[in-house]
Amino acid sequence: MLEIITTRHNPMIDPSLHVWGWEIPVYLFLGGWVAGCMVLSGWLMRHGRAPGQRSVAYVLPWVGVVLLSLGMGALFLDLEHKLYVWRMYLTLQPTSPMSWGGWILILVYPVLLLGALASVPGALLSRWTSLEKFRVRLTRPASLSRLGTANIALGIALGIYTGILLSSLGARPLWASAALGPLFLVSGLSTGAAFAHMVARDPAEQSTLLRADNAFLMVELALIALFLIGHLTSGAVHSNAAALLLGGPYTAVFWVFVVGLGIVLPLLVQSLMASHRIGHTLIAPLLVMLGGLALRFVIVSAGQYSHWISP
Amino acid sequence: MARFGMVIDTRKCVGCMDCVVACKTENDVPDGYCRDWIAQRLQGSMPDLRLTITSERCNHCDSPPCVTCCPTGASHVHDFGKVVLVDHGKCIGCKACLAACPYDARFVHPDGYADKCTFCIHRVEKGLNPACVSVCPTHSMHFGDLDDPASEVSRLIASRRHFVLKPDAGTKPRIFYLE
Repeated sequence: MLEIITTRHNPMIDPSLHVWGWEIPVYLFLGGWVAGCMVLSGWLMRHGRAPGQRSVAYVLPWVGVVLLSLGMGALFLDLEHKLYVWRMYLTLQPTSPMSWGGWILILVYPVLLLGALASVPGALLSRWTSLEKFRVRLTRPASLSRLGTANIALGIALGIYTGILLSSLGARPLWASAALGPLFLVSGLSTGAAFAHMVARDPAEQSTLLRADNAFLMVELALIALFLIGHLTSGAVHSNAAALLLGGPYTAVFWVFVVGLGIVLPLLVQSLMASHRIGHTLIAPLLVMLGGLALRFVIVSAGQYSHWISP
Repeated sequence: MARFGMVIDTRKCVGCMDCVVACKTENDVPDGYCRDWIAQRLQGSMPDLRLTITSERCNHCDSPPCVTCCPTGASHVHDFGKVVLVDHGKCIGCKACLAACPYDARFVHPDGYADKCTFCIHRVEKGLNPACVSVCPTHSMHFGDLDDPASEVSRLIASRRHFVLKPDAGTKPRIFYLE
């Protein structure tokens, strides 16, 4: 028996750490979604999709700008010392993933805006000749290919960062897993692909994105399995953390909303869609997106619940 | 260069909470918050029970995860005594350090910045002991330079069985508890 009585009480820490509420899971979800949009639009740009071809490649940057702004808004709401946020951009702390993330977000915005600019019809820019000249140069195949590469690289960096942000905080055993970065990246890719095939107007592009989404969902399942196996084989502290999702208080929400409704069910439905046994439906991609949101909520909340065993 | 640490004798500590009150008074810790606290651990089963009372606070770790995760450099290791401190003017209140600390030693001050024990560095710079050490009625708490083999804390660690909290977390804490 070990019974601990303590006199301490600090709000947000006791009785169990709960320093991050809804803002951080929402930010991580939107960041992952933007990452997925960037990688997919970058891939399409590199594969010859030009503005004016009704390609979703030039819708995703607009969506990305809006989502990223909403995500950064959520992040700002979470800060307790809001007026000092500019301090983030006076330094680069090499050991802090949050610092890398701040700078990655600064790089993401202009690249998204370049993708958005490429899709603006020339007639709308007739008043700003220098901007129109720049747009024309930007939409040359070689420039679009380079823009695509930048989108893919920054999208991967952004997606992985959302996971590493948590996994670098070793005091919370559930987060201390190398699988979390790839898992959040692939979850972001599946969310981005689900959204992209939901809004795509070109049937061939929609089919490609649908198949890509199914592949991402299968990889996501494999990464969740590796994440859990890694914890279960890493000693008492980590197996206790995994137990939160395997019989503990987060079991139902994790297996029902993240795995069942967020991955397995849409994967089945989208497989039927890919093989043309059923028509395209909005329900499956919406479930994928809600599953991505649920994944962030469960991991952020359960991670704060997990702790090192005393003393 | 000094490397300050603390040694607390669990055989002498009676859990009177004088250290907690002294800290709150000295550092003007807001109501409802604490920089140090008392924990009582009852281990074993009847009739073989063992009660350990520990006065706990920030461990000023040699490998402080709160410092490495800080995105602005607000959490830092001070040159004087290698004490882990927070620069309030640099802290954005992101709470990464709260999540990174395995001891849950930090909290968000009502003014918005992360706060915690400073080893009363403002007193130590004047040659005084931290407030908690100076008021302990049983003299169970000792403060000094761990790198000086002649210091009281070094001699106690060398001569008595001791433990640290959560050693497996790998943070190399600098508060030692004598058994």
